Amino acid sequence: MTRILLVRGMLAGLVAGLFVFALARWIGEPQVERAIAFETVMDHARGEAPEAEVVSRKVQGTLGLLTATVLDGTAVGGIFALAFTFAMGRLPVQSPRNLAALLAALGFVAIAIVPALKYPANPPSVGNPDTIGIRTAAYFLLLAFSCALTALSVQVAMRFHRRLGAWNASLLSIGFFVVAATVTCHYFPDFDEVPAGFPVTLMWKFRVASLAMQALLWSVLGVVFGWFVEKVVARRSTHG
Amino acid sequence: MAQRSAAVLTPQPIAIPVIPVREILPWALFGGLLMLLALYFVGAEQGATALLHGRAVHEFVHDGRHLLGFPCH
Repeated sequence: MTRILLVRGMLAGLVAGLFVFALARWIGEPQVERAIAFETVMDHARGEAPEAEVVSRKVQGTLGLLTATVLDGTAVGGIFALAFTFAMGRLPVQSPRNLAALLAALGFVAIAIVPALKYPANPPSVGNPDTIGIRTAAYFLLLAFSCALTALSVQVAMRFHRRLGAWNASLLSIGFFVVAATVTCHYFPDFDEVPAGFPVTLMWKFRVASLAMQALLWSVLGVVFGWFVEKVVARRSTHG
Repeated sequence: MAQRSAAVLTPQPIAIPVIPVREILPWALFGGLLMLLALYFVGAEQGATALLHGRAVHEFVHDGRHLLGFPCH
């Protein structure tokens, strides 16, 4: 059962990754191109030679992007399937499709929204290469905190489910999560490394594109996975 | 008659299966590690840390890494 769900999660993630690739081609790549053009102009102004190309821009924007989005989707789908397998029957949601949708919503908030609010996606030419170590560590540590807080919030909802009812227990749990995530983010380091003169509208469009990709990834994953596993789970369910 | 059809139409409560943790754990370990490794190569290899020499992996997934929100440079 676990193996079947894992494989279907990876397949659903692969499908989601293809959707994300299409969206990235459409609204993401133009922003990456503009940011690289800005970087080239800045390098020229400083009299620096542009970095030697290891992989051509064409490959980066097509095959490279496809590999990244599909691999990311498949891996997220696999982890999602493991979380779903564990949550099945342990959360008070009976329909597999509802459970998949709920977990996808939780994953979107925990893995995409919270880290992006503190450390939003940066286009090329933003970010100091000297701080990549601490920025990477802070990003993944915040990701871990966010996932742990989400799991804890679900526990809070479960604990008060019977006493307060579903609505109030959910509100309490969401309130707990928002406060805890805000406090956690407050104590994480800030990085302000946007170069002077970087176009504000380009930054906005790039970050909206990045968030839209995450929204698409998690919604397609949640819907497609629920659809893929509905029958498998129903066959194993016991009536009565 | 009416009662019987009502009983047929009323959905029976369904208990979806609970899979014991010891059954999930091996898959979570191997599958989970494999997934995390894939995410590492997309999101972080040849950035802050490097398992392979050079910049080829970083440059290949460059656009995806930026757009997926991972710290890149």
